[in-house]
Amino acid sequence: MLIKLSGGIVYDPANGINGKRQDIYVRDGRIIDKPVAGSKIDKTYNIAGKVVMAGAIDIHTHIGGGKVNIARIMLPEDHRHDSVRKTSITRSGCGHAAPSTLTTGYRYTEMGYTACFEPAMLPINARQAHMEMADTPIVDKGAYVLLGNDDYFLRMLAGRKDQAAISDYVAWTIQASQALGIKVVNPGGISAFKFNQRKLDLDETNVYYNVTPREILKSLAKAVHDLGVPHPLHVHGCNLGVPGNLRTTLDTIKSIEGLPMHLTHIQFHSYGTEGDRNFSSGAAQIAEAVNKNKNISIDVGQILFGQTVTASGDTMRQYDGHWHAHPKKWVMMDIECDAGCGVVPFQYQDKSFVNALQWAIGLELFLLVDDPWRIFLTTDHPNGAPFTTYPHLIRLLMDRSFRNDMLSTVNKAAAKSSILASLDREYSLYEIAIMTRAAPARSLGLRDRGHLGSGAAADITVYTEHKNKERMFAKPDYVFKDGELVAKSGKVVKITKGSTHTLRPEYDKGIEKSLNTYFDRYMSIKLENFKLQDDEIIELGSGDIIIQPCN
Amino acid sequence: MTIDTESRRHLNVPCPFCNLLCDDLVIENRKGKLKVSQHGCHLAKKQFEQEQPGVTPRIGKKDCTLEDATRAAAKILKRSKQALIGGLGTDVNGARAALQLTEKASAIIDHMHSDAAFRNLDVMQNHGWVMTTMAEIKNRADLIIFAGTDANTNYPRFFERVIYPNDSLVNANKKNRQIVYIGENLNIAPAKKAGGKQPINLECRQDKIGEVTSTIHAIAAGQEIVKHAIGSITLAQLKELTELIQQAKYGVIVWAPGELNFPYAELTVQSISELVKYLNRTTRFSGFTLGGNEGGMTANQVTAWQSGYPSRVSFAKGYPEYDPYRFSAWQLLRNKEIDALLWISSFSAPIEIARPRIPTIVLAAPSIRINFTPDIFIPVSTPGINHVGQIIRTDSVVSLKLRKIQESQHPSVSEVLNQITNQYR
Repeated sequence: MLIKLSGGIVYDPANGINGKRQDIYVRDGRIIDKPVAGSKIDKTYNIAGKVVMAGAIDIHTHIGGGKVNIARIMLPEDHRHDSVRKTSITRSGCGHAAPSTLTTGYRYTEMGYTACFEPAMLPINARQAHMEMADTPIVDKGAYVLLGNDDYFLRMLAGRKDQAAISDYVAWTIQASQALGIKVVNPGGISAFKFNQRKLDLDETNVYYNVTPREILKSLAKAVHDLGVPHPLHVHGCNLGVPGNLRTTLDTIKSIEGLPMHLTHIQFHSYGTEGDRNFSSGAAQIAEAVNKNKNISIDVGQILFGQTVTASGDTMRQYDGHWHAHPKKWVMMDIECDAGCGVVPFQYQDKSFVNALQWAIGLELFLLVDDPWRIFLTTDHPNGAPFTTYPHLIRLLMDRSFRNDMLSTVNKAAAKSSILASLDREYSLYEIAIMTRAAPARSLGLRDRGHLGSGAAADITVYTEHKNKERMFAKPDYVFKDGELVAKSGKVVKITKGSTHTLRPEYDKGIEKSLNTYFDRYMSIKLENFKLQDDEIIELGSGDIIIQPCN
Repeated sequence: MTIDTESRRHLNVPCPFCNLLCDDLVIENRKGKLKVSQHGCHLAKKQFEQEQPGVTPRIGKKDCTLEDATRAAAKILKRSKQALIGGLGTDVNGARAALQLTEKASAIIDHMHSDAAFRNLDVMQNHGWVMTTMAEIKNRADLIIFAGTDANTNYPRFFERVIYPNDSLVNANKKNRQIVYIGENLNIAPAKKAGGKQPINLECRQDKIGEVTSTIHAIAAGQEIVKHAIGSITLAQLKELTELIQQAKYGVIVWAPGELNFPYAELTVQSISELVKYLNRTTRFSGFTLGGNEGGMTANQVTAWQSGYPSRVSFAKGYPEYDPYRFSAWQLLRNKEIDALLWISSFSAPIEIARPRIPTIVLAAPSIRINFTPDIFIPVSTPGINHVGQIIRTDSVVSLKLRKIQESQHPSVSEVLNQITNQYR
């Protein structure tokens, strides 16, 4: 099958193409160079003048696993406002803050996204996370597995085990849970909360294991680096949401001593304590540090106003946040000597000083960080806002007058204390293509995704350029997944499965001996049954696995 | 890959017959006959070792092929205006297939144990809660309160695996664990026999447990209590227990919603959960719940991720509509609000439905007792014995892959349901 997309204006930053009129050819799911003259073209799409980008990639979105399902179960009233009817090809479901898996897959596709990555998969919950991702159609998926609060790792670190052994354990966990990267959440803090510690800064010690977040971060970042895991250690830092945490975040950047590190939903970690209300923007200092330290990448975790739900592994910080639950209900869980989770529904209000400033801080970060290759567009779905708000967020970034109009509607004191009005920057289509395609693919090590060069998977999105960028990005004309037309005019037209991206870093198999003993003595299941096998994704989940190479 | 399932010894076999999902069973397959040789409780032994008669599908009392049976089943569902897909005693793929068929048939879906599950879900959806899981209790808990359950009767290996294991990471001296029972007719022998601290046993009627926990909550909050006793439990005893609770470093309160079998038991669960939440202001305390047997937790979880709601969902309007009262399977059956029934039980639960008097389709393991003659009967194999599958544990966090350790001539639930669904195309 040979397909031609004819006459589109191509934005393909990975190949340095910035708005050039260019035909794209697809054969059997892959992009190819222009075929020899006379080749039979089976189908031509005339997209003259339309904007063409690779399919978008969400590097941080909570789409599967226990805490997401807790959020779904806890919020029937939220689903009722967004019931999704079945059609002749799509299944029914629900949307908004904690959408059903099926609706998640459809809506991402309809927005031109072709891959989504679950950032907080607990090893012990990996099986269920993959079940849910298997039921998220069309898009590709993958997950970062959570370490750094599990008793096994903390015992290793406390026992001064050598770094090679820690790397073996990290690699083993990636394989056993079918993960694509490593995430750490409030390093050591989830464990500390189990010992009733309520606060843990970068250099404070976990009362039981006597190790600090700084040591945990260094050890994990080094393991990730040594193993050649493409995506840097994915870090949800200490003190999320705490006024003044800007200092912790700057220290965290320094602490890693040049190793690659990804700081996620950094908006929640960029707060100062200035002003009458002891809450201020730290965006300028954070952006300066990010600009200076090329080993650091970030995603923003932008908040947008309205009802949502926060779902996080960070029990320590979520417990503190539960006082603000809206509606007033919340779930906290300690989980299997692995980690924990906290689910707190939340409503961000534009007339609230704190919420309006959070909104402004996120936007300031977007506009102050120079290099779009190191900053990714996220709302930390659903924590800052549901992923369906992305087109609105893109408009805020691309349209200064719209942004200023919005700024004039939020809490006046917050608007006044933010420098947002003075920031003139408007993102270009090229920069949007970097931030939502090329950069995430590069960061995750997905060599054949996020670009439109020969050999790439034909994940392609075609938009009609529009002055109103929200309208433009909400409903692409065409979305192709692996060469198949899956959405047209913002509606799904074909259901495919999507693949699961994983890694298989090498490690010393000898580690299973001590792990086996540990499982037998302390865990509640056998090591053999803990490991998620390929056939569970392939046969039981009717999906397929793509093994990405390590560096 | 083909595995010779005949005549071999299977190690670390997960057991799906209660929702602790013990996964260390050693099972011998001798020429197709199973014997649990190690680590099986009496429930596991009974279920793994029983022989499943080889039977064929039936329409009425007449044997038929699977194709005939699924075609006839589809006909019943297509003709119905409001069908119920119930029971749901199956694995993850069975639940997936059931949801797909329910949507196709514009039917209602619910699990057989939902009455119990909703005592918990009502509380979780309205107030939330603080919970923990098995390995956390095993390694951390210094105080464990059993409220209305002794755990032991329905979950025979809970004490061995969780309460008195040989090793624990943090709470090294397991014999220092304080066990407390609140409720009626509880078997406290396992805690008595353990040789550590003697258990505290506060006997009261099951429907008084909520009053006990609310009173403890009030004492902990510094309220003046005017009542001198709840049943035979004195205020002094409650004050003593409150002190223990507040001093505990990692306390856990365990309940089994299925054993709180009285009207408005969700209020008892609410009282327990609110106490636990309150205690977390100063110390660490968690709830733990035992239930979700017969694929109940699995059905709740799969239904939640596919529809947004845990169970009791109608697809009559073309989208999932949730109503924990109107769409209760047992209530729909009692009130005769459905005109066709498809019931699934592939683990061990007998099927007892009082005079359905509507067209009925039953998918069940052949040994399962049914108290009526269904219009269509389709024998199915059991996940974890006859085919691989996945299942989710009582704590809603841990799931396991179930194995195939014995051949069966019968199809899986998902195979049968997918065949019925295919009749709609």
